[in-house]
Amino acid sequence: MTRPLLHISGLCKSFGGIVATDHIDLEIRPGFIHAIIGPNGAGKTTLIAQLSGTLIPDAGQIKFNGHNITSLSAPNRVKLGLARSFQITSVLLPMTVLENVMLAIQGTDGHSYRFWTPIHKDHEMLDRGMTYLQMVGLEDRARYLAAEVSHGEQRQLEIAMTLALKPRLLLLDEPMAGMGLEESARMIRFLAGLREQTTILLIEHDMDAVFSLADTLSVLVNGRVIATDTVKNIRANPEVQRAYLGDDHA
Amino acid sequence: MGWIPSTVSGRCYCIILFFLAGAPWIFLWTNQPFLLDLLCRGLILAIAATSLNLIMGYGGMVSLGHAAFIGIGAYCVGIPAYYDIYNGWVHLGLTVVVSAIFALLTGLVSLRTKGVYFIMITLAFSQMIYFTFVSLEEYGGDDGLVIYLRSEFPDFLTMQGPVALYYWIFSTLLLTLFLVHRLVHAHFGRVIVGAKHNEQRMQLLGFDTYRYRLTCYVISGVICGLAGMLLGNFTGFISPEMMNWIRSGELIFMVVMGGSGFLFGPLIGTGAFVFLEQYLPEFMKFLNPSWLEYWHLPFGLLLVLLVLVGKGGIHGMLSKLDSKAQQSSK
Repeated sequence: MTRPLLHISGLCKSFGGIVATDHIDLEIRPGFIHAIIGPNGAGKTTLIAQLSGTLIPDAGQIKFNGHNITSLSAPNRVKLGLARSFQITSVLLPMTVLENVMLAIQGTDGHSYRFWTPIHKDHEMLDRGMTYLQMVGLEDRARYLAAEVSHGEQRQLEIAMTLALKPRLLLLDEPMAGMGLEESARMIRFLAGLREQTTILLIEHDMDAVFSLADTLSVLVNGRVIATDTVKNIRANPEVQRAYLGDDHA
Repeated sequence: MGWIPSTVSGRCYCIILFFLAGAPWIFLWTNQPFLLDLLCRGLILAIAATSLNLIMGYGGMVSLGHAAFIGIGAYCVGIPAYYDIYNGWVHLGLTVVVSAIFALLTGLVSLRTKGVYFIMITLAFSQMIYFTFVSLEEYGGDDGLVIYLRSEFPDFLTMQGPVALYYWIFSTLLLTLFLVHRLVHAHFGRVIVGAKHNEQRMQLLGFDTYRYRLTCYVISGVICGLAGMLLGNFTGFISPEMMNWIRSGELIFMVVMGGSGFLFGPLIGTGAFVFLEQYLPEFMKFLNPSWLEYWHLPFGLLLVLLVLVGKGGIHGMLSKLDSKAQQSSK
C-alpha cells in the first residue's frame, strides 16, 4: 500500500460550544479522488479551512507528503503543493481572467518582488497563463474582466487558478455550486480528466458528481466521520442512509 | 501620432504635465512669484498624496498617519541644518534611511491589523512622533525650527532660487509617478492590488501578503519622506504641525478627491484642494466680507459633493467623459 499523501489524525476544532470538527482521522492516498459528503453544518468547510491553513485546529495533526503542516501558514502550504478552490467564487473581479491565472502562477513561482517589468510584457508567463485557460476552455475570455464573465465561467477560472498552483493535492470545495446541469456535466468530465495529474479531495453536494467521480468516500455528520469506504459500500451502508442520504436515495 | 493619449483624461494629464513643465517661466514672465510658490507647495503635497495612493488606492491600506513621513523628511533637513550641515546628500540619505526605518517599525505592528484598527494604529504612531517633536526643546519644540539655507548639492544640481527648487520638486514628482506606475503594473504591484480585493484568496495562492504589504508601506513612506525633505527646503521653516494628524487627513482627502487607485488622481486631487483652500476664502469675501471666516463650510460641502457625485473622484468624472465619447462615436 502506498504512503498516504495526506494524513489527518485526531483533528479537533470547536467554536464556543459548537464542535465543528470532532476527532477526525483521515488518509488520502496519491492518485485518488476522495469525496467528503455530509449534511449542511456537518463541518465540511471548517475541515477544508484547517487543511488549507486559514483555521488553526485546537488539537490533532495534519501531515502532508510526510511533513507535519499543522502549524504551517497558508501561503507555505500552497508552496508545498496543497491548493484549494472556494465554494463561493473568489476570483479577483476587477482583474482580467488572464491576470487572475497569472497571479496564481506568480504565487508558486518563487517570489514576486519584481518591481519594474510590467507583467503584460512577461511573455513566458502570459503563455503559461493561456495554457491553463485552454485547459478549462476559457481562452477566448482571457481579456475580459473576471466580473464580466458568467458564473459558470468564474467557476472554471477558479479551477484554472487552482491548477496553476501545480498542486499535489487539490481541495475542491463544492466546485459545482450554482452551476447548471450542462455546466456541471462538463465540469465532472473535466475533473475526471485530472485524475492522472493530481490527487483530489472533493467536497460536493451534487450526488451524481460524487458517485461518478470519487474512488473513496467519507461521510461527515456533526463534525465526525461516520464512515469511510468505497462508493459502492457507502451506498449500501444503512447507517449512512439513515444519517444522510435519506430514504429516496436508498 | 501614437504618442497622444486617446482618452479625455489622458489628454488632460498630458496638458497638465506640459503646463507644469513650463510653469515657472510663465509665472516669472507675468511677474506672479506667489503663484509659483503656491504651485511648489501643491506639487510637494502631490508627491506625498501619490505615495499615500500607493498604499491606500492600490493596496487598500488607509493610513491616517502619513503626514508623519512629511515631518520626518522635513526634520532630516532641519536638524542637520541646525548644526550647520547643509550637504544635500546628507539630508537625502538621512531622509531615506529614517523614513524607511520608521515605516518598517510602524508597519511591522500596524499591518497586522485591518480596516479601522489600521487607521487607528497609524494615527497613534504619527501622534507619538508628533508629540516627540513637540517636546524636543532643543529643536524648537512646537515653535519649530528655521532653516536658513537650502540643501546644497555641490557639483550637482543647485536648489537655490525659486526656479531651481521648482524643477527639483517637479522632477521628483515625475519620478514618483513613473515609479508608482511601473510598480503597480509589475509582478509586485499585482500582488498588492490583489491583496486589496481579496487577501485570503491571495494567501491561498501562495502569497505572504503581510510581507508584500510591508515592502509597499516602506516604499510609500520613503517617497513621502522625500516630499517632506522638499517641503522643509521650500518653507524654510519646519514645525511638528507638519505631521499633525489633520495633515494626514488632508492627504487622504486629496487622494479620494482626485481618484483613489488612479495614477494621476492624487495630483489633480491635490491641485483642486490647494486651489480651493487658497481661493475659496477670497471668493467668500467677494460675496460678502463678513462670510470670510465661514469659508470652511462651503469647502466641506464641496468635498462631500465631489466624493458623492464623482465616484472615483475627479478622475472618475473625466473617465465618464471618455465612455460618453466612445458611445457617441459608435
